[in-house]
Amino acid sequence: MPQNTMIKVENLTKTFGNFTAVKGISFDVKKGEIFGFLGANGAGKTTAIKMLIGISKPTRGTAVVAGFDVQTDSEKVKRNIGYMSQKFSMYDDLTIRENIVFFGGIYGLSRQEIKQKTEQLVQELELENYIDQLVISLPLGWKQKLAFSVAMLHEPQIVFLDEPTGGVDPITRRQFWEMIYAKAHTGTTIFVTTHYMDEAEYCDRVSIMVDGSIEALDSPKGLKEIYGVNSMNDVFLKLARNIE
Amino acid sequence: MGILVENISKKYQNTTAIQDISFEVNKGELFGLIGPDGAGKTTIFRIVTTLLIPNSGKVTVAGLDVVQQYKQIRNIVGYMPGKFSLYQDLTVEENLQFFATIFGTTISENYHLIKDIYTQIEPYKARRAGALSGGMKQKLALCCALIHKPKVLFLDEPTTGVDPVSRKEFWEMLKRLKQFGITILVSTPYMDEASLCDRIALIQKGKILKIDTPQRLIQNFSKIIWNIKSSNKYLLLEDLKAFEHKHSVFAFGDSMHFIAKTDLVSKKEIENYLKTKNHSDIEVNKIEPTIEDIFMDLS
Amino acid sequence: MNRKVFIGFVKKEFFHIFRDRRSMIILFGMPLVQILLFGFAITNEINNVSIAVLDKSKDVETQKIIHKIAASPYFEIEKVLHAESEIEPIFKSGKVKAVLIFESNFNKKIQTTSLAKVQVITDATEPNTANTITAYVNAILQNYSKEINHNAHSKYDIAIESQWRYNPELKSVYTFVPGVMTVILMLVSAMMTSISIAREKELGTMEILLVSPLKPILVILGKVFPYIFLSIINAIIIVGLGFFVFKMPINGSLFLLTLESILFIITALALGILISTISNSQQTAMMISLMGLMLPVIILSGFIFPISSMPLPMQIISNIIPAKWFISIVKAIMLKGVGIQFIWKETLILLFMTMIFMLLSMKKYKIRLE
Repeated sequence: MPQNTMIKVENLTKTFGNFTAVKGISFDVKKGEIFGFLGANGAGKTTAIKMLIGISKPTRGTAVVAGFDVQTDSEKVKRNIGYMSQKFSMYDDLTIRENIVFFGGIYGLSRQEIKQKTEQLVQELELENYIDQLVISLPLGWKQKLAFSVAMLHEPQIVFLDEPTGGVDPITRRQFWEMIYAKAHTGTTIFVTTHYMDEAEYCDRVSIMVDGSIEALDSPKGLKEIYGVNSMNDVFLKLARNIE
Repeated sequence: MGILVENISKKYQNTTAIQDISFEVNKGELFGLIGPDGAGKTTIFRIVTTLLIPNSGKVTVAGLDVVQQYKQIRNIVGYMPGKFSLYQDLTVEENLQFFATIFGTTISENYHLIKDIYTQIEPYKARRAGALSGGMKQKLALCCALIHKPKVLFLDEPTTGVDPVSRKEFWEMLKRLKQFGITILVSTPYMDEASLCDRIALIQKGKILKIDTPQRLIQNFSKIIWNIKSSNKYLLLEDLKAFEHKHSVFAFGDSMHFIAKTDLVSKKEIENYLKTKNHSDIEVNKIEPTIEDIFMDLS
Repeated sequence: MNRKVFIGFVKKEFFHIFRDRRSMIILFGMPLVQILLFGFAITNEINNVSIAVLDKSKDVETQKIIHKIAASPYFEIEKVLHAESEIEPIFKSGKVKAVLIFESNFNKKIQTTSLAKVQVITDATEPNTANTITAYVNAILQNYSKEINHNAHSKYDIAIESQWRYNPELKSVYTFVPGVMTVILMLVSAMMTSISIAREKELGTMEILLVSPLKPILVILGKVFPYIFLSIINAIIIVGLGFFVFKMPINGSLFLLTLESILFIITALALGILISTISNSQQTAMMISLMGLMLPVIILSGFIFPISSMPLPMQIISNIIPAKWFISIVKAIMLKGVGIQFIWKETLILLFMTMIFMLLSMKKYKIRLE
């Protein structure tokens, strides 16, 4: 595997009984790339992500993430990635500080490191006055920005973001993406799913999954040219329509 | 007579969910509440559906008061809550049958209303609702909310978490429903869906920012929006933020939307600035604002 | 119109119940398992208990007594000891539960002073068993002394004659059948309804039901009806198992028993609805039901621990536990065979409690979300 390939997926397949959720998908993600992983509900995105982050075993095929095989080295994969999902990101009934200490702890950060990271993080997000408030009292947008920072605490080489901006207001959504850009700029690989098609345009490359297979994979610009349309939304609609 | 909301406010313990909200929905109109999570959309829905009593203000639905005449209202409205709220362990058909029964009607009686939608999910009618995809669930929920031929339909974020294809189909269905004269109040966090409504209210942090038709909102927007592209998006954003004439700059798809402090800034000036910052493939164009531009400018 | 709506609602409830494996297990697995557990495993009766004998006199009389004990179905003589020093080791080895010691010159003492002593030492690590063993040995010895008294024609002898009425063999089945029935009816009726209403709130379907013309009373009746039906089936299973498998008699009227059971089911359902009005999630409903209902039913109703031996405050508290009254009703009907004239007080108390629960839940039932 070349030095700058962070995710290498080959013929990855997952079947449940006689239902194949993911049908032999293959792709690479490079270091520092923002990779958009799109698809309709039920297209198999979540199943694929679960395999990539080492919490679900592939039925067939291989996936090497951050240099480790998800099939045999899932523990090492987990240690080298960050993960944030819309559904669960932090404990609502703990304060910001307690959440940071907890998540820092499970990734094996020392007390000194956690202290230093906490300071740095609240400063960046301008949360100094809220550090000892329960997470539940924060507006959704702040929560998601905080969750992203917490997922980055252990400085993973890759971070997986599963619909990180669902329901977030337009300005905070953009601030969120600025954080993503900044991280990608420093070499972190970003693997992101979203339902906002304008966000797909922010990605370096985008894959679109339909019925368990990747039907398109290119830069947003390239995809728009291939399908002869003006927006990612139209690419998406066209693809889904074609399949039907 | 559609929906009349006058100066309603609602507080929970120590947080104010909505403050002094007023709007009016005409009979047969498709009215959208557009705003992010936490804007207070669900609280408004719960008040107009008689589920919550506002701390102050007055609401009537089809001329009936939501506090005093809640029983009559419950007979004539259809409601689709934000969370998928059907019985996951019942099949598609059983769900529809159940809701028809509790409204004292039958599927066949109002079949014409749901026909377009139901035919799409009919192949799966023996499947449990819990096993449907997101888009299918929304279609079924809409059928269940329509089965008793309501005069007013309340749809709280029907397209959240649903993929773009299903979202598009869902809005097409809503448009077709208008021909039956049903008044529809719908909410969404997706700004691009705003243009599909007759009129919209932009709402944030419990307050209404603006109410108008999408077209008029766009026409009346007084600022110039510059659509700017270059080869490096991240640096483009950083540099535009540092630009002395910047009022605001936001990423929009593959380009940036830039609003200057004054209208006097010219295209040439922007291009020159970017050239000094070593950008290549620079494109600067005036464009018509989107609802999202307007929303961000107001908030 | 309303009837059709009601039927539609009940149908839906049955779908929920039959499609949820967990409810099915609680509904039909629990009564079977509990009854069989209590019936076969957790029993106060003794059968073939191993004991040892240390006979210091070894005369005719002691031999007769030992034979009698050995012949009874309750005891089996595991070992004959020869010295007191053997007692401690045999208890420690766990081979026997009791040791009988006959004093020396037993026969002689009976003949001369008409008083001879038998000592019973029991392994009290299991106090219940120890008690029962002592009682059984006592009974056998009393019987025996009655026999010799009789033979001696002694005129001034006063023999104590005890009789256990309604349960002459002190069978534990007689207490656990009413007990298990009470627990199961409480569990099925109160816990299941409260969970099923709380589930509608949790999943958001309650919101839709509220914003519909469905009357609150119809929602409640629709929720409750399937469980009345299922609870009656459960009651039949339990009484049937008690009657056919464990030979528990039903001395009183089966009709009265059915009516009283239905009353108790309704009490429990009313409690279930009350619980559901204060819980917004299935988990809360379950916790309240288990902590607030099951524990008192098991501990304070007299099912396992006799109320009369509780400290006074607990005895007073036990009066507000509906299960206490139902257990005493069931025992009265099944064992004593009495009619309503003897249990009208308990019945009225249950009725009164049910009305209070119903009124409270009606008052607490929300027609809105808060």
